[in-house]
Amino acid sequence: MKFYYMLLLLLVSSWCIQAQHTLSGTVQTPKNAALDGAHLHIEEWHGITTPNGDYKVSGITTGSKRVIASYVGYKTLDTIINFYGDVKFDIVLQPDVTQLQEVVLTENNIVSQSTTHKQRLKTEVIEKYSDATLGDALKEIAGVHALKTGTTIVKPVINGLHSSRVPVIANNVRLEDQQWGTEHAPNLDINTAGRITVIKGADGLQYSGDAIGGLVLVEPLKVLKDTLLGKTIVSANSNGRGGNLATSLHRGNEKGWAWNANGTFKYMGDRETPDYILSNTGNREGNFSGNIKYLGNNYDLSAYYSFYNATIGIARTTHSGNNVDLIRAINNGEPSVIQPFTHTINAPKQELQHHLAKLEYNKTINVNTSFNLQYAFQLNNRKEYDLRRGNLRTIPALDLTLVTHSAQVNWKQRRENTTLKVGFSSLLQNNDASPDTGVRPLIPNYDKIDAGAYGIISHSFSDHFSGEAGIRYDFSRIEASKFYQKSRWDNLGYGGVLNHFITGDFGTQWLTAPKFTYHNISASLGVRKKINNHFELLGNIGIAMRNPNPSELFSDGLHHSNGTIELGNLRLERERALKLSTTLLKKGTVFTFEATPFINSIQNFIYLQPTATEVTIRGSFPVYNYRQTNALLSGIDINTSWKPIQNIQHNFAFAYVHSTNTSANEPLIDMPPLNITNTVRYTVPKWYNLFLELRSEGVFTQNRYPDNNFYVDVPRDGELIPMLTDVSTPPSGYHLLHFGSGVKFALGKTQTAINLSVYNIFNTAYRDYLNRQRLYTNEAGRNIQIQIKLNY
Amino acid sequence: MKLFKISALALITFISLTSCSSDDDATLVNPEEVITTLTATFTPVVNGEVVTLTSRDLDGDGPDAPVLTVSGDFITGATYNGTIEFANETVTPAEDITEEVQTEGDEHQIFFQQNGLGTFTYNDMDDNQNPIGLSFIYQAAATATTGTLTITLKHEPNKDAEGVSEGDITNAGGVSEASANFQVELVEL
Repeated sequence: MKFYYMLLLLLVSSWCIQAQHTLSGTVQTPKNAALDGAHLHIEEWHGITTPNGDYKVSGITTGSKRVIASYVGYKTLDTIINFYGDVKFDIVLQPDVTQLQEVVLTENNIVSQSTTHKQRLKTEVIEKYSDATLGDALKEIAGVHALKTGTTIVKPVINGLHSSRVPVIANNVRLEDQQWGTEHAPNLDINTAGRITVIKGADGLQYSGDAIGGLVLVEPLKVLKDTLLGKTIVSANSNGRGGNLATSLHRGNEKGWAWNANGTFKYMGDRETPDYILSNTGNREGNFSGNIKYLGNNYDLSAYYSFYNATIGIARTTHSGNNVDLIRAINNGEPSVIQPFTHTINAPKQELQHHLAKLEYNKTINVNTSFNLQYAFQLNNRKEYDLRRGNLRTIPALDLTLVTHSAQVNWKQRRENTTLKVGFSSLLQNNDASPDTGVRPLIPNYDKIDAGAYGIISHSFSDHFSGEAGIRYDFSRIEASKFYQKSRWDNLGYGGVLNHFITGDFGTQWLTAPKFTYHNISASLGVRKKINNHFELLGNIGIAMRNPNPSELFSDGLHHSNGTIELGNLRLERERALKLSTTLLKKGTVFTFEATPFINSIQNFIYLQPTATEVTIRGSFPVYNYRQTNALLSGIDINTSWKPIQNIQHNFAFAYVHSTNTSANEPLIDMPPLNITNTVRYTVPKWYNLFLELRSEGVFTQNRYPDNNFYVDVPRDGELIPMLTDVSTPPSGYHLLHFGSGVKFALGKTQTAINLSVYNIFNTAYRDYLNRQRLYTNEAGRNIQIQIKLNY
Repeated sequence: MKLFKISALALITFISLTSCSSDDDATLVNPEEVITTLTATFTPVVNGEVVTLTSRDLDGDGPDAPVLTVSGDFITGATYNGTIEFANETVTPAEDITEEVQTEGDEHQIFFQQNGLGTFTYNDMDDNQNPIGLSFIYQAAATATTGTLTITLKHEPNKDAEGVSEGDITNAGGVSEASANFQVELVEL
């Protein structure tokens, strides 16, 4: 009996050894695109797919065998197949989301074709600022500062430049939200961002040709996996006694329908400095965004909509009257209005609404060719309420509605080592300044038409060296309709010179129709060199041109929020910038390093210069005129990250800008002072991924500033005494210490994270040079934030 | 071909959506809340001439400076009943803003700053028993002199702050809505 068994076993095994099978089939993506060069691995047998995705592996012996199919950027397939004959097996590899994001940086260890250095904010950082603003979060990147008006109006400053010089591109659409003024922050909910990228310098030619300072790219979260994800972040803050609820749902798919929905609700009351309450500094936000997308075999079609709705209180005390009020506020050192804490928001305040709707079509013609078509509609409404009398109390003093239609086509073609991107964009814009305010509008009605075309070619000369060159042409025409007081028209020197703009005579006012046409060329050239496995060097040179914005051209009148008379200039020419920057990157697991020195030379740099004092029945006011000069900015941004041992990480950021108004040979106003940030983070993965973080923020005193001080006649003891109004001297430097901590754990199927942060641990009283309220009040003090994040 | 169709469709949509913009001519705005004129009238209690101080700025926040007029001299030692009026003369007929200031008396206060010209006493009250200053009594100093009289209308002053209800502007805060420095003279009868 035993013998027969032995015989049978022998027979079977010998038959097995002798039998050889073939495994064949195709390897494709979920969109049925063939994967060329996918690797098949069945124990000692191997195979590679042909360009049309076919493969064949022969000589496989009988039995149950592990089959592995892999391809860079896709999830490896690992399965068991029983071989008792030839097997046909068609494989679909799923894209690996995390891999795909990394591809840009690593791309098979070959140097990237893009010569632009892009700096990204981690998801954790974006989430940390869930209850704050885009500008606050961007401050975490070295060389990006925040220009503030109070606590909640925050604008990003890149290498010393901001506003119209730093376009914000949200979901591939340039945000048209009246961000020409310093107290106009981007109308964007940070919670809609899945990824935030900063490009310093004029290298993003596919987005714009006028990004003299740089670009901020905000992209929504893309979920490629076939799954349904949800995320909720709840934040509570001690300072402002309020919080934030942001929740989102994402239905991802590789094929078919996918959608995202995102809602944010924010409710904050008066902020507090260490010594007093900043009355009327609460804010509210209620935002929504969502998209729906259909993914076909080689195309996708999507519709996106977002709505930003915010009410922001402006510190009551900064609403200054005339020069005498101003000098009193400066010399008092403390706000004149300190009321008990409240969540109520009164005038002065801003009410902002921004709608963005977009249709997008992406088509992949073949592996190397794709194009994109999009149309976007934006409607922005800005209402600013001042302290007014009687029936006007509830009527905004400024009510602007900006409507923008934009369309663009982008084409991308890859051939061996060369990638060509070309595109065309157009924009129609209309601004409507409501006359119902009872105030002559600072920004007039206007129509604007833009058209632009670009071409960018990038080429890999070798595995270690690549280059990129781009050129862009922009046409722009703006036609405004505006009333000028006759006295102002002559005072600005327009009488006789610009009389061809006058279309009507209305007693004390002229009706005018100023028209301007611009043809701009911008260009960029960059190289990227991989020195060795650790070091890469990037060099970029760019030319950008920026047209004067409506505020710079047309401003005319008393700006109540800062008690100045701001006067635009119809004779302004466009700005021209030449920016040179290099980046040295060091990669590694223990120590990484990034240094970006730059020089930015700007011709016709537009800035506000105090020129005189004007006396009105309200008293005297400083007059600021928009002027042009030549400016030179240079500086360096440094980031390092060091992980001496597994659990400890140190990050260092350093940023310095040196600016000169070369025509007047004096420094430029409002330039960020030197700042240095050090962060030490200690992690214990086994204790629920605990992290503890200490962050030191050192901001030096800005010693380079123009002297714009002026004298004001102040009545004192029956005499008018000229007193110095110091609006120029920057506040002293300061040092703040922040604490952060958090744990992560699974709560059933829900990934939960709880974070506790303390901002400004020692409740240091300080003022910041880049905050417009610095003349009146200290910055907000200590804030304890508790954040709960749920991922499900 | 398909590409062409799609682009054509997009272009048509774009044009049709954008071509419906309306006539964009600006509408004339005559500022409604501007104070162009401050008039302080001093009527002697006994007899003598009425003194009127006026600050008039017809282009409001425009570049032209206000025109100040003083109708005559004050008499040393005399007592005057004073009133202040505000008007917006950019519209015809001129709009009287005095009443508005009166109605919102708790949010307004007029301050008189001078040295050696005599004493100013408030002669009116808001709902919180704090002075407004639209009506006041001026007791001229006993000796002849000249000096600057600064009259300031504050919106939303802090009337509870120290000295404010006694007429001291130092801690008042608020926003100056009208302010004028008059050169006045006190002469003996």
